[in-house]
Amino acid sequence: MSDNILEVRDLHVHYKSGKDIVRAVNGINFSMKEGESLGLVGETGAGKTTTALSIMQLIPNPPGKIVGGDIIYKSENLIKKTAEEKRKFRGHEISMIFQDPMTALNPMMTVGDQIAEVVLLHQNVNKKQALERAREMMEEVGIEGERYIEYPHQFSGGMKQRIVIAIALACNPSLLIADEPTTALDVTIQAQVLDLIEKLKEKYNTTLILITHDLGVVAETCDKVAIVYAGEIVEYGKLEHIYNNTSHPYTIGLFGSIPNFNENVKRLKPIAGLMPDPTRIVKGCSFADRCTNVSEICRKGDIPNTEIEPGHFVKCTLFANKEV
Amino acid sequence: MAELIRVKNLKKYFKTPRGALHAVDDVSFNIKQGNTLGVVGESGCGKSTLGRTVIHLIDRTDGQIIFNDEDISVISKQKLKELRKDMQMVFQDPFSSLNPRMSVSQIIAEPLIIYNMCKTNKELGIRVAELMDTVGLASRFASSYPHELDGGRRQRIGIARALSLNPKFIVCDEPVSALDVSIQAQILNLMMDLQDELGLTYMFITHDMSVVKHMSDEILVMYLGMMVEFSSSEDMFHDRLHPYTKALLAAVPIPAVFERGERKLLKGEITSPVNPKPGCRFAARCQFATEICLSENPTMIEALPNHFVACHNVKSINNIK
Amino acid sequence: MSDIGAQQFNANNKKKNEKAVSITKRSQNKEIIIRFLRNKAAVLGLIIVVVLIFCMLFPTALTSYDPIKQNFSERFVPPNREHLFGTDEFGRDIFTRVVYGCRTSLRIGLISVGISCIIGVLIGSIAGFYGGVIDSIFMRCIDVLMAIPNTLLGISIVAALGQSITNLIIAISIGSISGYARITRVSVLTVKDLEYVEAARATGSSNARIIIKYILPNCLAPIIVHATMSIAVAIMTATGLSFLGLGVPAPTPEWGSMASSARAYIRDYWWLVTFPGLAIMASAFSFNLFGDGLRDALDPKLKN
Repeated sequence: MSDNILEVRDLHVHYKSGKDIVRAVNGINFSMKEGESLGLVGETGAGKTTTALSIMQLIPNPPGKIVGGDIIYKSENLIKKTAEEKRKFRGHEISMIFQDPMTALNPMMTVGDQIAEVVLLHQNVNKKQALERAREMMEEVGIEGERYIEYPHQFSGGMKQRIVIAIALACNPSLLIADEPTTALDVTIQAQVLDLIEKLKEKYNTTLILITHDLGVVAETCDKVAIVYAGEIVEYGKLEHIYNNTSHPYTIGLFGSIPNFNENVKRLKPIAGLMPDPTRIVKGCSFADRCTNVSEICRKGDIPNTEIEPGHFVKCTLFANKEV
Repeated sequence: MAELIRVKNLKKYFKTPRGALHAVDDVSFNIKQGNTLGVVGESGCGKSTLGRTVIHLIDRTDGQIIFNDEDISVISKQKLKELRKDMQMVFQDPFSSLNPRMSVSQIIAEPLIIYNMCKTNKELGIRVAELMDTVGLASRFASSYPHELDGGRRQRIGIARALSLNPKFIVCDEPVSALDVSIQAQILNLMMDLQDELGLTYMFITHDMSVVKHMSDEILVMYLGMMVEFSSSEDMFHDRLHPYTKALLAAVPIPAVFERGERKLLKGEITSPVNPKPGCRFAARCQFATEICLSENPTMIEALPNHFVACHNVKSINNIK
Repeated sequence: MSDIGAQQFNANNKKKNEKAVSITKRSQNKEIIIRFLRNKAAVLGLIIVVVLIFCMLFPTALTSYDPIKQNFSERFVPPNREHLFGTDEFGRDIFTRVVYGCRTSLRIGLISVGISCIIGVLIGSIAGFYGGVIDSIFMRCIDVLMAIPNTLLGISIVAALGQSITNLIIAISIGSISGYARITRVSVLTVKDLEYVEAARATGSSNARIIIKYILPNCLAPIIVHATMSIAVAIMTATGLSFLGLGVPAPTPEWGSMASSARAYIRDYWWLVTFPGLAIMASAFSFNLFGDGLRDALDPKLKN
């Protein structure tokens, strides 16, 4: 397993809210090889952003805390690093782009300066060289280099997101985490931005974790998919596994909820109910209350994570005996 | 089926320091009773403004609106208040569309109180309970506040409020965009059931192409305030005659695994709707643009039976005689 | 617990059971009070405020001396068991005068805040809601009012109308209107573009109803906080003017005038100036703490 660039092992993250403890992440496991792209799919509150912030070691403490597990990046455990070391790898080894491009850029600095800032922080160059790199990056993301002296408000939403991508990739990180990078954008601009991310990923062989709730976006951009529910990965596998052999009841429910472009369905099949309250400990499967296939054993103890075909894992009692 | 709403050459311009902003420019359509018209387009296309103008939340600049065979383009305040009973709206953001200081039952009761629909408090209570039931809100939430409930339940409150006056026509402005996928499906199903039960007519505004296909009988595509294509839902997705519609539908990521060819991306960015120059507003980004596109405004023509498109070259692009 | 699903939808609609819900709301006050009580500084402020109000309402419960009657045999008595705060140059018990002074100061503070709040909120909400020319006119008037320093305004009004508590209240009220008007206007501007106001219009609400039921209740927090803090400011203004000899006329006990007349005796008889001074400090301090605590407790960010 040593050629994995990233390994997340049994990650547990809690937030303190007043007297309650919010169990945001409850045992997430996955690994990635260099150049792969993983889609982290789930709804609001599933724990996807928390997982991403954990990898970046950006969980605000207080109120959050990584209470268990390891994050191994290039054979080093990120959790055990000092604050200084953590700062060194952010932006340089691992970069993150966030959802809202409107607020991700500092309105008081030119875009050139913002891209150059990252370069200056991590590389041994002077200001002039950093700005030169900034212009290069802008051209890479499809914006005229001369515009490096302009301010964020002079760009549209799609262009701002490209600038954010330029900042993220300026130091050529090995791992890029994109948290819902296109959710706030129009669909035609989304297509442009996704295309850009793909091209750059190919060019630099960047490993990509893409967080989204949109199953269409995942199908276009990712090799592997992890379906996240209530802080756990309930189904994990290659793209074909998840889309053509959908197994976990939640995943089936997700697919049933989206109106299909190519077919005409009279009524959608939504999942009844809501995600469980993350402050309450649920015994057994966290999806049990909403599952149409629930049975007695689902509410008792640990739910087995079964490999139903090579590389395809499902966390559900229905598949307990279907090990490949 | 009779036509409930007929809109002719509707225009809405806003005055800005830089000039007139053409938010809605010369839009015409009809909606039959009991049908749903889907209005799609990206940011800045004017769909939200269109919805609000049709139900008089914003005053129109020019054009005609005919509701139930009555011309309501210019009406008195009295008449407007009466009209509000027939035309309602469901808003996009389930959080900011509900008064945080009022409880669920108070929010739903408001329209009934304003219009004196119930003679006694008991009658009011019964009607509110009915409405909550209709939209699937458990009665235990009657005295809760919006911020205590999740997005799906809040949107149900908004729908209950819109239904309280027994309207005939409801404009739904991106009603599910702010909701999670599984909750979206619950609300969409609810809205379709209500339409069947109560014979409602919807104008369904959204940017989500799959949702609009699911919900609509007919679709209107807008770009920078102008209509570009109008047809039945089936025809729209099957034929996609206008270059913008082609690009829009091509850009939608499909949740399935298949061999994807080289994707043709729509280049460039949307131009400004302030003081637009003559000529097609999409020409700058259109791969099929010709001389005439840059100088003359295209008008809606019936390119195929019951399928209207505003494009000078629609027939040649799509190989239609 | 899952909500009523689609299958049940039709069934429920058919059986029109005659059950009703009551159109009420659960009070949010309980949560606000709990949040407030968690803030120790705010509770301290509240306690002192309560003490002050007690002094205002029941001065005779705390002291039996007459605050005005002079007693030349007991001049300049230092603090002892009979005279907790000592006596002043006229032999009057200072503790008693401080307690009665509280009544004066608090009355001035509360009434002037009440008046300026009502007028200011009215002006601010109309200006903010209607915008345009109305907004411009109202706000320019407010700007003019703000340009005049409070103390100067107070002096002018007292000079013109004469020295009395009523005129002092008028002076302070006029000076404070602009604060409320601006705060209210800003809140109204923020709230009036929110969708729930649009929704109210879509369901036929009149403008008055929208302002009263939808806009103002959502602007209350900053207004309430400003009000509690301006009680402190009002008290300070009153004491300041009295110190200058323009406020409450003698011999009515008032902290500012007490401190003023004590200036001549600071060196030899420290208690004449100290206790009124402490009282001024305590009241301003407590109202500010209370106001801070109230703002934190009302903060909607803590709602979730």
